[in-house]
Amino acid sequence: MTEPLLSVRNLAVEFPTRHGILTAVQDISFDIMPGEVLGMVGESGAGKSMTGAAIIGLIEPPGRIARGEIWLRDQRIDNLPPEKMRKIRGRHIGMIFQDPLTSLNPLYRISDQLIETIRTHLPVSRDEARKRAVKLLDDVGIPDASRRIDDYPHQFSGGMRQRVVIALALCAGPELVIADEPTTALDVSVQAQIIEVMKELCAEHGAAIMLVTHDMGVIAEAADRVAVMYAGRLAEIGPVRDVIKDARHPYSQGLMGAIPRLGESLERLVHIPGSMPRLNAVPPGCPFNPRCPKVFDKCRTHRPATSEIEPGRRAACWLYPGVTEA
Amino acid sequence: MLAFIIRRLAQSVLVMLFVALIAFIVFRYVGDPITAMVGVETRLEDQEIMRERLGLNDPVIVQFLRFIGNAMRGEFGISYRLQQPVTELILSRLPATLELAFASATIALVFGLVLGVYTALRPRSFGSAIIMAASLVGVSLPTFLIGIALIYIFAVELGWFPSFGRGQVVDLGSWRTGLLTESGIRSIILPAITLSLFQLTLIMRLVRAEMLEVLRTEYIRFAKARGLTQRAINFGHALKNTLVPVITITGLQLGSVIAFAIVTETVFQWPGVGSLFIVSVQVVDVPVMAAYLMFIALVFVLINLIVDILYYVVDPRLRVDGGGAGK
Repeated sequence: MTEPLLSVRNLAVEFPTRHGILTAVQDISFDIMPGEVLGMVGESGAGKSMTGAAIIGLIEPPGRIARGEIWLRDQRIDNLPPEKMRKIRGRHIGMIFQDPLTSLNPLYRISDQLIETIRTHLPVSRDEARKRAVKLLDDVGIPDASRRIDDYPHQFSGGMRQRVVIALALCAGPELVIADEPTTALDVSVQAQIIEVMKELCAEHGAAIMLVTHDMGVIAEAADRVAVMYAGRLAEIGPVRDVIKDARHPYSQGLMGAIPRLGESLERLVHIPGSMPRLNAVPPGCPFNPRCPKVFDKCRTHRPATSEIEPGRRAACWLYPGVTEA
Repeated sequence: MLAFIIRRLAQSVLVMLFVALIAFIVFRYVGDPITAMVGVETRLEDQEIMRERLGLNDPVIVQFLRFIGNAMRGEFGISYRLQQPVTELILSRLPATLELAFASATIALVFGLVLGVYTALRPRSFGSAIIMAASLVGVSLPTFLIGIALIYIFAVELGWFPSFGRGQVVDLGSWRTGLLTESGIRSIILPAITLSLFQLTLIMRLVRAEMLEVLRTEYIRFAKARGLTQRAINFGHALKNTLVPVITITGLQLGSVIAFAIVTETVFQWPGVGSLFIVSVQVVDVPVMAAYLMFIALVFVLINLIVDILYYVVDPRLRVDGGGAGK
């Protein structure tokens, strides 16, 4: 078995506030293999974006990594000094943000932003960097790249800008790309294209993807494995096919059940009753227990850890033998 | 770009015409210029002759057109008080005012930018807290008080700088400069600081607010996520975006520095256009007042024009026809 590219171990992210400490991410562990696409799903506030921010070291203060470790191959990166972490960002871990309209600096040409990023990380001349940039723009599907590279961001459409963002995230050759809702702000018609471009390009460069989204369709299409987050915790993680067909955690079962399918006539869209607890009001026991259709006594008092329930699959639910207490 | 400049020029001409109208109305209707010029003993017939000779009996519209025609040739008549051509008078005073304005604008811009960026990058530091508190004093104290306080401390008590005047001046053709002699430099320091203080705090607070705003944007986060150096992010990406609104304010402030040098020039007895204006107001020297009004309007219009052109240079989004392929 190959070494994982990224290992997250018992990660917890906290925000100190006037009303006490909010735990945005609690005790999360997972691996990402080289070249793998890991999907991260969950409702808004489930902690999926925060996990991504923690990995790349961009949690906004006063938020901080309270516990746990993050390893990139054999280097621990969660406690690196800022200058060392900066050299990892872009070079080893890239990030794609949600809104392509605001991700690009409006006053700089695309070429300047690409060349600057490439030359920050790689010892190449301006000309070489430019060649590399043109090639990348070509790869992400920008027509007439050698000319359009000198345009400003406002001269591109939203979908094209997200392609530029992808090129920027990949330009220094990272091994892992964290894509934080990369298609949420885009037109439905271009979402699939963008996912396609991103997946293809990462595969070509051998980069793994951590795909953060709330769109199960995107996950089903693009991911190899999926991690389902709920209230800052990992509810379930496993191969995407298995989880979609046969989800184990009642929350993921609800999520999968809520995907509308073509050809099925429904009176109403299926939904999970209730809403995710606020971070300062997570109930004792399993955080999902107030909404869970299969809740029993133990769920209300004891918190299940995300434990292996069969090879390659982990879930945090007392329904399964072998689940330990957190 | 060219069409834009031409359009803006046309607007500028309109503004100038409007100001000319106001200046003319002031010129014509604020008090009777004849009574202001002559003594009590002048006979009424002589006054009537003067009135005729100055063209004050012509129809209003003729007088206005004449006023504009003269103004375009840079003629604003003869100062009632000094019996000298007004244009000559203003031009001889202009170097003093421009040098003062230039010096204080430089101080305001340099320190405003540096302090603004510093307080934005280290919002929680002790230094920032002190600078912010001091800047409150800067915006709230009136200029004359600051000037008097500076004179008291640095001229009277410490004796470092002269308390009034321009010091030794040197003639460079028609430009009389105080910036080439030691006493001239020493003389300009206190008034320049006085005049700059308000603009400095304004620019600083603006830069700080804008920079804090910019630092929160997605493209700065994305720049960080790409591992760009802190230096490249702060002084390249963030600062350039901060400058767009700062340019406007700074440009307009430069106008006010020239226009409102009046108070500072009075406090420091600086022989500039502002003090000329104050004296002229006291004796109702209408031609000088009208010319001053036109001059200040011209300064503002020109600065606005330059600011608009600078926008084009800084912000590519405004260059509709430039920069490659378009959509």
